[in-house]
Amino acid sequence: MILYTTLAIGGIGLICGSALALAARFLAVHEDPRVEELTAILPGVNCGGCGYAGCGDYAKAVVLDGIEITLCAPGGAETLANMAAFMGVEAESGEKQVAIVLCGGDSDQAPRQFQYNGVADCTAAHAVGGGDKKCRYGCLGYSSCARACPVGAIEITEKNLAVVHPELCISCGKCVRTCPRHLIKMVPESRHAHVMCSSKDKGPIVKKACKVGCIGCRICTKQVEDDAITMDGFLAIVNYDKPIESATVAPKCPGKCIVDTDPPPAPVEEEKVEAEV
Amino acid sequence: MKREPAKFKVNGGIHPAYNKQLTAEKAIIEMPVPSLLRVSMLQHLGAPAKVEVAKGDTVSRGQLIGEHGGFISVRVHAPTSGTVKAIAEAPTATGGSAIAVDIEPDGEDRWVEDITPHPDWESLEGKKLISLVSDAGIAGMGGAGFPTHVKLSPPPGKVIDTLIINGAECEPYLTADHRLMVERAEDIWNGIRIIRKILGCATVRVAIEDNKPDAIAAMEAVMAEDTGDSAVVILKTEYPQGAEKQQIFAALGKEVPSGGLPMDVGALVENVGTTLAIFEAVVKGLPLTERVTTVTGFPVKAPGNILARLGTSYADLLAFCEGLQGKAAKVVSGGPMMGFAQHSLDATTTKTTSGLLFLRPDQVRTFSSMPCISCGRCVQACPMYLMPAELSQMIEAEDIEAAEELNVLDCIECGCCAFECPAHRPLVQHMKQAKAGIMAKRREEKAKQKS
Repeated sequence: MILYTTLAIGGIGLICGSALALAARFLAVHEDPRVEELTAILPGVNCGGCGYAGCGDYAKAVVLDGIEITLCAPGGAETLANMAAFMGVEAESGEKQVAIVLCGGDSDQAPRQFQYNGVADCTAAHAVGGGDKKCRYGCLGYSSCARACPVGAIEITEKNLAVVHPELCISCGKCVRTCPRHLIKMVPESRHAHVMCSSKDKGPIVKKACKVGCIGCRICTKQVEDDAITMDGFLAIVNYDKPIESATVAPKCPGKCIVDTDPPPAPVEEEKVEAEV
Repeated sequence: MKREPAKFKVNGGIHPAYNKQLTAEKAIIEMPVPSLLRVSMLQHLGAPAKVEVAKGDTVSRGQLIGEHGGFISVRVHAPTSGTVKAIAEAPTATGGSAIAVDIEPDGEDRWVEDITPHPDWESLEGKKLISLVSDAGIAGMGGAGFPTHVKLSPPPGKVIDTLIINGAECEPYLTADHRLMVERAEDIWNGIRIIRKILGCATVRVAIEDNKPDAIAAMEAVMAEDTGDSAVVILKTEYPQGAEKQQIFAALGKEVPSGGLPMDVGALVENVGTTLAIFEAVVKGLPLTERVTTVTGFPVKAPGNILARLGTSYADLLAFCEGLQGKAAKVVSGGPMMGFAQHSLDATTTKTTSGLLFLRPDQVRTFSSMPCISCGRCVQACPMYLMPAELSQMIEAEDIEAAEELNVLDCIECGCCAFECPAHRPLVQHMKQAKAGIMAKRREEKAKQKS
């Protein structure tokens, strides 16, 4: 009795096994082995910052379609060098770029003009009466960017302001595309002087809406050389390809909107980071 | 008698408290020109108009101050004579902002000289009539503000056989269209005849809800002489029957396909206000510079139907209605179902401002939304056969692709689902969010394809 059972089960196993063996031989999909190897070189965060569905998809695009190898921001210089060596091409790496929210108007500084009682999402809030913040350019603080960030590098402070922790930022740029008010910019990591305001309104309007807004006084543009800070209407813009002495510019700003982020905002506690990731 | 009953009942729908008694009996009164008019260049759907005047210019009433800013755009005219004080970006009632021209009236209220009336319009060609409508800057006055001259020029191959004149006014509180039908029925009928001539269609149906018997009687009286196929369709009062697709279904029994337009079933819907504007533009040669707005709500001292110049600030409108008695907790531009809540009275009237509504504190609630309890009341209420509960959860999970598959783009944002929801979920806001997201994605893809 036990013999038949053993033979039957063993027979089924044998048939299925040989079927699989044959399938593996004749139906195998031959993937370029370089794709797998290149995927291993990539950082594996699958952030999508390159515009592809994940690291594997990007590796495939590089190997098979000849897409440029410079799109992986989280990998930084090291990954780029490894990729260049692997693909046999040369590539120059720039400095690491980190995201920064160019608004300093937290709930103490920038008042709200009405009570918003709706979906807690910046895009949704922005569509209702132009957002509840009096400043129509400022950070709404409904954490759309923080939810988009794949590594939890954006914190919404207790005073409803989004702040990027540059040491955690992997430069994927997702938050830049998410913010409905276009407040987030990618800036070189080494730069510490920023105009923390994006309001293009005239001075008197800005003053009514926020205590730390750029009033367009142009004092900062005179402190720097070579157009390192220029005016876009009534808003000072830092040109990050030109050097600035942050210590000299920041104290001169009457609107207190040029800040020196050296040292950067206090790092998030370890536990919190893990929880967010 | 020239009347017929509604063909069908709209799917879903709701019966909110209408409160039209506040202003339904009040004749339209013309408001004197206020001390400043802020005329927005975006009073319609589409591209904003291009400013044609400069600061310091003297303008006359009816003078062109904004030219078409694109194919889907509408001209803007000075609502009175005066001086241009400023040209600057100003917030609109719908939450965005657009360039606006500030005009300080000189008190003379003199019209421009080159006004050509066409009492002999019946001898004009359809194309000429459309160009008159286009020149007069007419946008759909029911609320959406779609450029009327574009609507009246269907693409070749599309035949429109039925014209529906929308007198349903299903939004609670509003009575502007109701009063127009009662007081200006003759002119509206002439407007209808002009549209009929433009489209070359024989059948005309004037759709009115049965809570406006005086409007039904007035329209019927002026249509009695007509020899063509025209009739008043009496709709059973229900929200949202004033919505184009719902109205076509109720009046004609035809269903507009998903993603389609009324012309796909051979119909075209025009609001009564728009029809009157077409009459004024063609027969009298006057561009659109004023409209009737219902200023209403229990806190308003003297609610009424006010004929005000475009660009009148909400504060001036309220002052004309003698201000407030007691407290108002919420101000809505438009009706309570689809209107836009306002945080100040600085916004100004446009071609689409059908009402200005003030609500008492006890009529307004703030609440926190709770999880869906799957009761299905929103599904029952939805006139577009959608599943708001399902959609809202998908959108909350930021899965707009799934929402797109479930036809979120068909949503007409009528608010029936949110009205019914016992968990106070912000369903309409979710739909709007998803629709905006999908449209943005499509634009991005289009731009990518171009480059």
